[in-house]
Amino acid sequence: MEVFKADVAIVGAGGAGLRAAIAAVEADPSLSVALISKVYPMRSHTVAAEGGAAGVVRDDDSLDYHFHDTVAGGDWLCDQDVVEYFVAHCAASLTQLEHWGCPWSRKPDGHVNVRAFGGMKVERTWFAADRSGFHMLHTLFQTSIKYPSIRRFDEYFCTDLVVEDGRCQGVVAIEVATGRFTFIQAKAVILATGGAGRVYRENTNGGIVTGDGMSLAYRQGAPLRDMEFMQFHPTCMPGTGLLFTEACRGEGGFLLNKDGYRFLQDYGLGPAEEQPRNKFMELGPRDRLSQAIWHEERKGRTIDTPYGAAVNLDLRHLGRKKLQERLPLICELAEEYMGIDPAQECIPVRPGIHYTMGGIYANLETETPLPGLYAAGECASNGIHGANRLGSNSLVDIIVFGKLAGERAAEYAREVQHSEPTTLAKLAADAEQRALDVVNRTDGSEKHSILRREMGQSMESGCGIYRTADEMQSTCDKLAELRERYGNVNVEDKSTVWNSDWLGALEVGYLLEVAEAVAHSALNRKESRGAHQRLDGFEQRDDANYLKHTLAFHTADGPPRIEYQDVVITRSQPGTRAYGAAGVAEDAQAAQEPAHD
Amino acid sequence: MTDGNKIIEMEVLRYRPEQDQEPFYQSYEVPFLDDWSVLQGLQYIKDDLDGTLSFRWSCRMAICGSCGMMINGVPGLGCRSFLRNYYPGKLRVAALEHFPIERDLVVVVDDFMNKLAQIKPYLIPKQVRALDQGEYLQTPRQLEQYRQFSTCINCMLCYAACPQYGMNTDFTGPGILALMHRYNADSRDDGRAQRMELGHADAGVWGCTAVGYCSEVCPKDVDPAHAINQNKMGSAIDYFLRFVKPRGASQ
Ligand SMILES: Cc1cc2nc3c(=O)[nH]c(=O)nc-3n(C[C@H](O)[C@H](O)[C@H](O)COP(=O)(O)OP(=O)(O)OC[C@H]3O[C@@H](n4cnc5c(N)ncnc54)[C@H](O)[C@@H]3O)c2cc1C
Ligand code: SF4
Ligand code: FES
Repeated sequence: MEVFKADVAIVGAGGAGLRAAIAAVEADPSLSVALISKVYPMRSHTVAAEGGAAGVVRDDDSLDYHFHDTVAGGDWLCDQDVVEYFVAHCAASLTQLEHWGCPWSRKPDGHVNVRAFGGMKVERTWFAADRSGFHMLHTLFQTSIKYPSIRRFDEYFCTDLVVEDGRCQGVVAIEVATGRFTFIQAKAVILATGGAGRVYRENTNGGIVTGDGMSLAYRQGAPLRDMEFMQFHPTCMPGTGLLFTEACRGEGGFLLNKDGYRFLQDYGLGPAEEQPRNKFMELGPRDRLSQAIWHEERKGRTIDTPYGAAVNLDLRHLGRKKLQERLPLICELAEEYMGIDPAQECIPVRPGIHYTMGGIYANLETETPLPGLYAAGECASNGIHGANRLGSNSLVDIIVFGKLAGERAAEYAREVQHSEPTTLAKLAADAEQRALDVVNRTDGSEKHSILRREMGQSMESGCGIYRTADEMQSTCDKLAELRERYGNVNVEDKSTVWNSDWLGALEVGYLLEVAEAVAHSALNRKESRGAHQRLDGFEQRDDANYLKHTLAFHTADGPPRIEYQDVVITRSQPGTRAYGAAGVAEDAQAAQEPAHD
Repeated sequence: MTDGNKIIEMEVLRYRPEQDQEPFYQSYEVPFLDDWSVLQGLQYIKDDLDGTLSFRWSCRMAICGSCGMMINGVPGLGCRSFLRNYYPGKLRVAALEHFPIERDLVVVVDDFMNKLAQIKPYLIPKQVRALDQGEYLQTPRQLEQYRQFSTCINCMLCYAACPQYGMNTDFTGPGILALMHRYNADSRDDGRAQRMELGHADAGVWGCTAVGYCSEVCPKDVDPAHAINQNKMGSAIDYFLRFVKPRGASQ
């Protein structure tokens, strides 16, 4: 097996991984950094983010507001020390991207412009038309080319971490073009592998978003935290699940039921006004909107599509000019994929899975409990998103904590030495064998594509927008069955060059493990909070028992072991999450009380 | 989700270097719904008919640039071309032209990636600015000067369309020249002279014979042909000014 010796290895070349790589070499240009990605960096799913990234810039805004929006938006399951660090570093991180060339949209005076986003009190979302993630990713990728000590491993598929002497010392990866294995030995490893949306079927996530890094860390004993919190985005294309960004509503779009009525006013988000108003109506948080659509369906007030119930996203009143200028990608999606001209017709939309709030537990320094292993970006649970992420907090999460992870890993790499090469080589060879076993088995009879489909269906029925113990239990049972059957998968393709059948099978292995962590974490949380809503006697938030993070630990061959961990609260005690007029009343009352925040 | 009663015949280029002497077409019958893309057709084949077919894809929304392929002989994105538009005829899908085939619909993209790195695709600022000085100011008009050229998704359709690149892969090619122009035309940037070293050479903008098919197939309205033209003018001016001004002061 080929061996490459690096100081820092980074798995994932999306926004978080690229930012980490640049930070590591800037911290110490003499370090060698290996940047490993199963796709070319610019294909990473950061590319699909449309809306924008949050950072306080306006005079009428404050870090305090951003803090409170984030913590309340997360239904108080955020670690507040981390949120404080986060909000304080957002704007500078975005300015750094501007200095690297990111074409943020501008105001007439040449300063960066900001737009409204759901759950945010003041406009603070930086945007590059509706291609924000695309521009951030390309800017980071192209900038990374400046640094010769970043050695890229493009289209290398990571199959394992190598852990020796109680610390992570590298990764094993398949070169997709040849099927050959490489051991990338490293003193520190950063996981930046993105989310796990593909455990569900209807999805805003790309095909590559399969939770690989989460599963790799989990198998090595690092806990997955808060996995029950999977975000449904309220406005997705029926069938494919493709996203219509929240910016549609930030720019003033309406959500209508089949009677043309702005139904959100019936769900504590009103009153309905003509102009978009922050934290009102369509600019409420995602969990509330998705839940309202669910209720409308039960009331028979939704539209039927071949792919299930939908409501209408109405952008007509924005006019063609504004649509073309602010939401060009949305117009393109609607026209090309649905044959709809948004200036003239409403777009049918329904909730689809969008974002993984949970992930590999990482502390304020991006360290996981496994020494030498760091995690940043959507694969990590660093505590800023809590039970529900606010739109536009993630694109900035990946650069704030990507940078930090790069710096911390660089520091750590300078302090430690590689273990004995032969010991490591032996472990790497074992890892190679495990991955080869999946393709070489000849007696299997299952197709991984079928397992994947059944998993997605089961997750949708048991771990959807609303949940009950019975349904969650049957999903848990189904997943156990699928895991069993996974042991019997037959990979049709036995070749070495670009064997995507094999890689697909490995991905299904990752997905099943992550799905189990989601389902069991959900079953065990006997309350409703943020994206985890129950209908079986646990409809309320229960701070006495569940103001806690869920930790799911991998076990040898059973379901995960579930433990709990306290939430860090510094200055905001759990309160009512109120939006619309009720939110204003809540704010007014809070202002009267002595400064408890 | 294939309760539709329409079935389209998809002929897909197959080539597995370990077993096939040369590429050939394999035919599949694909039941589809009206909103299915060509990519969804391929996914159906892979999941339900033949797991050995390989192709690149991820976003499904024409933004990651993975799924460029020849669709009935025309370069297109699989995820943005729709089966209904080819039905009831049959559909031929092949690897992007002008690139070596790695396997099936997957091509070797090293040449593109190397060229991308060569043109210094990053901001070379006029004045380095500290973070606490805030952002560079750039008016919407200045942004408009390069915005279009910054939206390239690196899908390489324009390379498959470019006869010049087809004849001689030394030619830098449309997408990368558009990217070069994106930085050259950015009001914050001062790297033009450095980048034009490459752009001047025959491999750069002068290699273009103005066929314009690149802009036609571009899924993102980048209009690389326009970018190249602007650079030809720019190159000519730079070239001329070299004689009247000391080097490096050409702007
Ligand atoms: C459609 C859409 C729109 C969004 N819009 C917004 C928005 O407007 N604002 C906002 O804040 N957030 C938004 N988000 C969320 C945000 O885009 C993501 O959370 C964020 O981009 C994730 O970045 P990342 O770097 O963590 O991961 P990714 O960009 O997903 O990168 C993951 C990387 O890991 C690599 N990788 C994974 N597994 C392996 C493996 N086994 N071996 C090797 N490499 C591997 C991949 O190749 C890739 O390079 C959106 C998300 C979606 C899906
Ligand atoms: S210029 Fe257009 S066709 Fe060429 S790579 Fe870029 S997006 Fe693709
Ligand atoms: S799958 Fe991303 S461009 Fe087609």
